[in-house]
Amino acid sequence: MLNPKLKLNPKIFNSDVEQIPIRKGFGQGLLQAGETDNNVVGLCADLTESTQMNLFADKFPERFVQVGVAEQNLATIASGMAAMGKIPFCSSYAMFSPGRNWEQIRTTITYNDRPVKIVGSHSGVSVGPDGGTHQALEDIALMRVMPNMDVISPCDAIEAKKATLALVKTGKPAYLRLVREKTPVITTEETPFNINKAEIFWIPDVGIAQAGIIVTGGLMHRALLAAKELELEGIKTKVMNLSSIKPIDKNAVVALAKETKAIVTLEEHQVAGGMGSAVAETLSQNFPVPIEFLGIQDKFGQSGTPDELIEHYGMGKDSIKEAVKKVLKRKI
Amino acid sequence: MFLTEEKIKELTKKANDIRQSIIEMLVEAGSGHTAGPLGMADIFTLFYFHVLKHNPSDPAWEERDRLVLSNGHICPVLYATMAHAGYFPLEELKTLRKFGTRLQGHPHREYLPYVETSSGPLGLGLSQAIGMALADRMDKKDRDRFIYCFMSDGELDEGNSWEAVMLAGKNKLRNLIAIVDRNNIQIEGFTEDVMPLEPLHSKWKSFNWHVIEVSGHDFRMLNEVIEEAQTIYEKPTVIIAHTIPGKEVKEFERDYHWHGKPPSKKEAEMALKELRTLGGKIKSEHQ
Repeated sequence: MLNPKLKLNPKIFNSDVEQIPIRKGFGQGLLQAGETDNNVVGLCADLTESTQMNLFADKFPERFVQVGVAEQNLATIASGMAAMGKIPFCSSYAMFSPGRNWEQIRTTITYNDRPVKIVGSHSGVSVGPDGGTHQALEDIALMRVMPNMDVISPCDAIEAKKATLALVKTGKPAYLRLVREKTPVITTEETPFNINKAEIFWIPDVGIAQAGIIVTGGLMHRALLAAKELELEGIKTKVMNLSSIKPIDKNAVVALAKETKAIVTLEEHQVAGGMGSAVAETLSQNFPVPIEFLGIQDKFGQSGTPDELIEHYGMGKDSIKEAVKKVLKRKI
Repeated sequence: MFLTEEKIKELTKKANDIRQSIIEMLVEAGSGHTAGPLGMADIFTLFYFHVLKHNPSDPAWEERDRLVLSNGHICPVLYATMAHAGYFPLEELKTLRKFGTRLQGHPHREYLPYVETSSGPLGLGLSQAIGMALADRMDKKDRDRFIYCFMSDGELDEGNSWEAVMLAGKNKLRNLIAIVDRNNIQIEGFTEDVMPLEPLHSKWKSFNWHVIEVSGHDFRMLNEVIEEAQTIYEKPTVIIAHTIPGKEVKEFERDYHWHGKPPSKKEAEMALKELRTLGGKIKSEHQ
């Protein structure tokens, strides 16, 4: 059942569950941040509307910088503004920022420890018809490997808004990973969100869980559907929302492994170097258990509808259920 | 601010001292760049001892001008000038590039907070300076101070440099002054052989910059063009400063092989002697 303590959206399992693009939550969060903190500035590389920075840019034109299609400049100008006390959010598609400007981010933002927030929209295969060139599947790996960099991948629009507001106050660099497509709303305004804190969204009706499913980003709804069906089949699971990939909530991840002794990770990203790898790094040092990694298996994306692509690359509900059954057999 | 004859003499002496420090640092470190630091010694001297609004005893002074060094590999001249200006003891210069030093091989502001940014990878400084200039404009501080960016000619090969040039022109950043060290060399040869930059003047001009060319070794002319740059109201200014790489040590001058290597002990002794005797103009080092 849904964890009652978290006040999640009671309509999650309805067929008419509200769906909002995660990037929208960022747009609303940035607008609100702009209203409460004069140091918040926005920079964009000719994708203001599709990254939802237009809400901020329209309200605060004097605090918005349009840099043109120039992502290297996007990151480095933001670093300079942060040097003068600003809290810059710079947005583009994840493929271009942090995809194209990785070294600019490293040298001028993380090496300098400047509080620039890199906002990468249109991550994952769910970008859809635009095809593989536009589907960022490596960005979590690129960002989490950098010292000083936090990596946040919200599960829905409401969490994206909370994450945006939280990042204003961290005083350090961060990567905020967003998804283009409409995504079911999982959380509510009352659901707690803290950077460095993972939450268990699904718990068994009674008893202890046999497997833990750790999810980051927009695939949470599919994980919850899988968990619900597994429960009916007699398999008890817990589903963790790991939106804060770095810093990782080590205690929560280890506790889930200790309880279940079997983990499945799910992310719209290459399994190499992504959230699953972060979980594996944590568990192998603290409480090793079998892990099944769901995500992109060393491939590029392609054109298609988001649903077709998520199914094709093995991140759909049935793939999640299969992975849980597989990891149960591997339990030591 | 007007430069008196007396002040020019003082700056000339200081630049010579800084060049000696550069040689001493490099030979002690056993690696590093020689040509660029010697070539830029006059410009650094003029800035730290005449142009810049700064306070070495209070490096974090909020009202200071900002000087972004983009081509971080010439940091021996930055460190030597800062030490001579009183930011840290001259003795510390000998720790350049050694384990535990604040004087990293390329500047890192975590180790040495007095530098405005970390640098080394090329083509990144101008856009950071633009970010600073934009922030000052937002805060209505763009009449209070200038943002300077020192950059090399070789790093104009980088695409990011031109993204920055384009944006500063678009935004008419009058509080931004870039100084290009036009020494015509980069690691593998002369710039016009590796990747031609000319016509450099008209390139910058076409991006809506005010462009001035000047000798990078004439204090009076440099000072005049900096004052000119400060008066330009509708555009950012670039000063293309023509410098001689390796300046003041004949053996090193205009030879691109000295871009990225330090002098040997013998070469350093020769160079120091040349600097101390002002190229043979005075007989003894003690005269």
